[in-house]
Amino acid sequence: MLIVNSPVKEIKEIQKDIFLQKIYSPVIAKQIKPGQFLNIRVSETVSPLLRRPFSICDVDGDYIFLMFNIFGEGTKILSHKHIDDTVDILGPLGNGFNLTNDFDTAIIVAGGLGSAPFPFLTRLLKDKFDIYSFVGGRSKNDVITYNLLNVQTATDDGSLGFNGNVVQLFEKNLPSFKSKKIKVFGCGPNAMLRALKEVCIAHNINCEVSTECAMACGFGICQGCPIEATEQSDKYLLVCKDGPVFNVKDVII
Amino acid sequence: MSNIDLSVTIASLKLRNPIMLASGTVGYGNEIAEFIDLNKIGAIVTKSLSLKPRKGNAPQRITETPAGMLNAIGLANVGVEVFLKEKIPFLKKYDVPLICNIAASSVEEYVECTRMLNEEETIKAFEINVSCPNVKDGGLQFGNNLTAVGKVTEKVRAVTNKPLIIKLSPNVSYIHEFAQVVKDSGGDAVSAINTLVGTAFNIFTRRPKIQNVFAGLSGPAIKPIALAKVLEIHQKVDIPIIGIGGIMNWKDVVEFIIVGASAVQIGTLNFIDPTAPIKILKDLENYCKQMKINSVSELTGSYII
Ligand SMILES: Cc1cc2nc3c(=O)[nH]c(=O)nc-3n(C[C@H](O)[C@H](O)[C@H](O)COP(=O)(O)OP(=O)(O)OC[C@H]3O[C@@H](n4cnc5c(N)ncnc54)[C@H](O)[C@@H]3O)c2cc1C
Ligand SMILES: Cc1cc2nc3c(=O)[nH]c(=O)nc-3n(C[C@H](O)[C@H](O)[C@H](O)COP(=O)(O)O)c2cc1C
Ligand code: FES
Repeated sequence: MLIVNSPVKEIKEIQKDIFLQKIYSPVIAKQIKPGQFLNIRVSETVSPLLRRPFSICDVDGDYIFLMFNIFGEGTKILSHKHIDDTVDILGPLGNGFNLTNDFDTAIIVAGGLGSAPFPFLTRLLKDKFDIYSFVGGRSKNDVITYNLLNVQTATDDGSLGFNGNVVQLFEKNLPSFKSKKIKVFGCGPNAMLRALKEVCIAHNINCEVSTECAMACGFGICQGCPIEATEQSDKYLLVCKDGPVFNVKDVII
Repeated sequence: MSNIDLSVTIASLKLRNPIMLASGTVGYGNEIAEFIDLNKIGAIVTKSLSLKPRKGNAPQRITETPAGMLNAIGLANVGVEVFLKEKIPFLKKYDVPLICNIAASSVEEYVECTRMLNEEETIKAFEINVSCPNVKDGGLQFGNNLTAVGKVTEKVRAVTNKPLIIKLSPNVSYIHEFAQVVKDSGGDAVSAINTLVGTAFNIFTRRPKIQNVFAGLSGPAIKPIALAKVLEIHQKVDIPIIGIGGIMNWKDVVEFIIVGASAVQIGTLNFIDPTAPIKILKDLENYCKQMKINSVSELTGSYII
């Protein structure tokens, strides 16, 4: 875990209201793994006070990328950074996705900004594994397919792709993966992850998800980010330290 | 580095400097040790310990407010037994005074926790939390009641000779009355303040942002209140005070000391910048140099009104 002040090198609006920020941060770039996150102090003032957690979207050499939309005050400030302004990064945090060799096909299931961690995962997996991506959103503007492979889309309002949610789309496509050893990687709102968990457990599919929770510290000292473990009902796990990536079997989302 | 004396004494507790890390904001020390050398810190106060492990409140436990945060962690902790077995060995590796903060739902539980922890020589003092706003039983119920605070102080005093600090609630009209009771009942010092009761609602769903509804407010937003509470105690009661509330930098530390604190605790800032306590120490030393103050303890209560 490090704290590094790192300069912003590029800000792009990759689609309406979705920003990609390129940051020069060689030390973090060297250490971080897909599914891990950073806790970013967007300004030195006391409001906003706390850091904001962001998944690592991608890494390219000495550069790291964040993906976000303008949600509140913190993301607004982040989107207004000029080139060479710095952001104060605390990371790498949490546990990333488990990339063991017990699968041959990676299936990404992402809802809304849940697409954020997957360009990095795709970059690392694409030479060794088959990758399929199911990407959903409320409407077509919320569907983020940036740097993903073999994409199928779903929207709640039917404005793009499958008319329904992304988990339904994934379930509908499951028969086509019958002969493969698949592993599912999910990220999105917790309600979506809950539905994904149900489907994966029903079909006995190995599935890891990146969960979301309000955080203060991001490294285990505030106890602010509890998540219920399936087995240990007497205590909570911490999303920031024990997660944010969990096997769906291990937690109650 | 210099000849400035940063050490402070609170009852029989000797600290190399007045910067302590506040309960609930450093866990049991291991995570923050990745960022700072704990041996340089004045003291570390553990997360509130209770007799049995506590799971804590359901999420959502925290939310941000202007220049502050609300938390309703609900005293999630491993319990005294696990603390002694699994957490103390790590802390033993450091030469930093360890202060155990205790929270309980009855006088008997406070006494039992203290008794169990008292044998452990690594523990240099106790801080009794009678002021947590986030638990149903105990907590504020005690902190709001002069007789209860007196009784807890007296009963815990009877089972330990180590310095006994009572952490007071700001959610009372006259905090000095509580400081007086602590003194009269054998307490050695008071910590002021714990978090203030607050809440926040989502205007679209009309639901509370924190599952527990009420929560504790901390951070820079509470600093002026904390300073006023420290000053009130200092003006009315002759007892050492540990100042807490919204400290973000060395200037805040100096302000607390001037209004009457002998030492301070850093809380919410640890979440934002876990390296800050060490920076503050350096800056504090520079301030003393610049102001030609030889010993930081001279500053305590040196306000001019
Ligand atoms: C592990 C993790 C990874 C994340 N990765 C990304 C990402 O790659 N891209 C992205 O756009 N967003 C991501 N988020 C969500 C992101 O942290 C919030 O959208 C952001 O904090 C909102 O800040 P704000 O100041 O704009 O909004 P505000 O409304 O001002 O936020 C207020 C407070 O609530 C917290 N908060 C609000 N919403 C969330 C949320 N959904 N999750 C966690 N905390 C929240 C904030 O940290 C802050 O303390 C991630 C969250 C987590 C926990
Ligand atoms: C997340 C969080 C957890 C806390 N837990 C405890 C606790 O277990 N026991 C306690 O006595 N105080 C606890 N506190 C209160 C702090 O020790 C401190 O009194 C308060 O936060 C004010 O200081 P600050 O503004 O510097 O944070 C907690 C505070 C926060 C923010
Ligand atoms: S965010 Fe502080 S413990 Fe997880």
